[in-house]
Amino acid sequence: MTLGYIARRLGVFLIIMWLAATVNFIIPRLAPVNPIREKLLQAVSFGGAGKTDLERVVAVYEEKFGLTKPLWQQYLTYMQDIIRFDFGVSIANFPSAVIDIILRALPWTIGLLLLATLIAFAIGTVLGALIAWPRAPSFLNAVLAPLLTLSAIPFYLLGLILVYFLAFNLKWFPLSGGFTLGSIPRMNLDFLLDAAYHSILPALSIILASVGTWAIGMRGMMITGLEEDYITFAEAKGLKGSDIFWKYALRNALLPQTTALALSLGFIVSGAVLVEVVFGYPGVGTVLYRAIQTFDYFVIYGVVLILIFAIGLATLIMDLLYPLLDPRISYQKR
Amino acid sequence: MNGSRNAWIQPLSNPLLIAGIVLLLVVMLFGPVGGLFVDKNMAKVGSAMPDQKPSLEHPLGTDTVGRDILAVVVVGTPLTLRIGLIAGTIGLGIGTLFGFLAGYFGGWVDTLLKGAADVLLTVPGLLFLVVIATTLRGAVSVDMMALVVASLAWMWPTRTIRSQVLTLRERQFVMVARLSGLSGLEIIVRELIPNLLPYLAASFVSAVSAAILASIGLEALGLGPQNQLTLGMTIYWAQYYTSVLRGLWWWWAPPIAIIIITFLGLFLVSMGLDQIANPKLRRAA
Repeated sequence: MTLGYIARRLGVFLIIMWLAATVNFIIPRLAPVNPIREKLLQAVSFGGAGKTDLERVVAVYEEKFGLTKPLWQQYLTYMQDIIRFDFGVSIANFPSAVIDIILRALPWTIGLLLLATLIAFAIGTVLGALIAWPRAPSFLNAVLAPLLTLSAIPFYLLGLILVYFLAFNLKWFPLSGGFTLGSIPRMNLDFLLDAAYHSILPALSIILASVGTWAIGMRGMMITGLEEDYITFAEAKGLKGSDIFWKYALRNALLPQTTALALSLGFIVSGAVLVEVVFGYPGVGTVLYRAIQTFDYFVIYGVVLILIFAIGLATLIMDLLYPLLDPRISYQKR
Repeated sequence: MNGSRNAWIQPLSNPLLIAGIVLLLVVMLFGPVGGLFVDKNMAKVGSAMPDQKPSLEHPLGTDTVGRDILAVVVVGTPLTLRIGLIAGTIGLGIGTLFGFLAGYFGGWVDTLLKGAADVLLTVPGLLFLVVIATTLRGAVSVDMMALVVASLAWMWPTRTIRSQVLTLRERQFVMVARLSGLSGLEIIVRELIPNLLPYLAASFVSAVSAAILASIGLEALGLGPQNQLTLGMTIYWAQYYTSVLRGLWWWWAPPIAIIIITFLGLFLVSMGLDQIANPKLRRAA
């Protein structure tokens, strides 16, 4: 791996982050609504106070938050804040900083997503490889159709259906939440088991809905791969079938599969955000949902930026890890 | 040119494609045909007793605010399809244009357009849409929703069309056309587009599917058109009034079922088109 490649890849990452942050700065400022005025209006209508002084209050806060300064100056301040992960404070839960709210929720999301995605990817990849393998039992082919059908269903709709049958009707799993209410989040075995139990259903809806996609992709790759000369050669050498399968056919088909994983990270995260909403899971998806319900703009923009940052970082790491998977990749500029 | 003619005959013998088209036709006709038998006014709030189980009077029951669910899905299905079709058409249009420009001209045009598509593909599109929809909030109609979703529906078409144009550009019949003095535009319209039809169709299907998925995602978060009952909004309200936990299955199940049939139809069509475009995949199917 050359330093030049790392630098180039890092550059792309920084450009994406800069673009995302800039879009996040520009779009809200095109909006006709003023979050401060809107929130104050809401408060005033709840409190029943007169509306007369509202505009002056808004003006005071705009001055205080620097919204009266020229746009380029606002942009510079904004960028300085973003670099320090300072997304401001929540409007709905006032003194809490946006970043604190997100950091509290992030481990839940990362844990759920990482496990569910890895399990789905592993099962789907091996299954797809087996389906293409001529010597595999034929019942495997029958599994593909139902799995593909499931993969046509959005994660969160599958989640709704699973909640109804497995949690509401059969009562096998809790209806919602990430842990039993009243228990204190702590790093002990009881709590971890409780959290794991609560995450089975959300994870299951992600896994069931994505295994088929990985299986069909892998099957296609294997079918083309099995025609290659090195497979014929390996067979001619008299290698064991399982060796040819794992070390020759599967290993070579794995790289495009991993590229596909990197490309679909954004899609998976979008889906998982909605799954969290269905299950009331205490991750960033639920934070985002609540923020949208309560017009908590700074939290919304903060969650969006953090997730884009996380996905960008994950893609960057995966790109840098490719040579470990496949030594054929050269990092010379094409 | 033989390839393009085969592509027109083959679909009739591809079972996946036929099955998918049948499913999609069922969903598309559901709204108009249902409208003949169902009073659409029953989809308004308070037009029936709330929380009724399915009965002769209300075949799919009623919801908590007194809407007849059958009427709701009859009204909602065409609205959801409308979002998908508008966004899919715009996405395919922009994608095809960008794909042709990038593939045909190459150079910095290619670098820019392909780079933009690649970068946007790795970003979670739904989140960008959340920022846009949050900004527009309160003023969203079904058509605006379609435009919002369309803004991120062009990347896959761009990639697909670009790579196809790249391989076609060097084919002999294109060379012959160029030598015989056809202009760039004539080559694109008369030689490239007919050969790209299966890919264009597949791109359109994937763009529609992505657009519907994105729209029901936004709606699930509460960013959809608040006073128009698309299928996604119906599911949102069902969630909002905790219908799952109250056992009101007839509220959330019908819209979910229609959405699943739609996605399944789109998926089968795209699989069918894929087999037509890449004969290699067919062998082991």
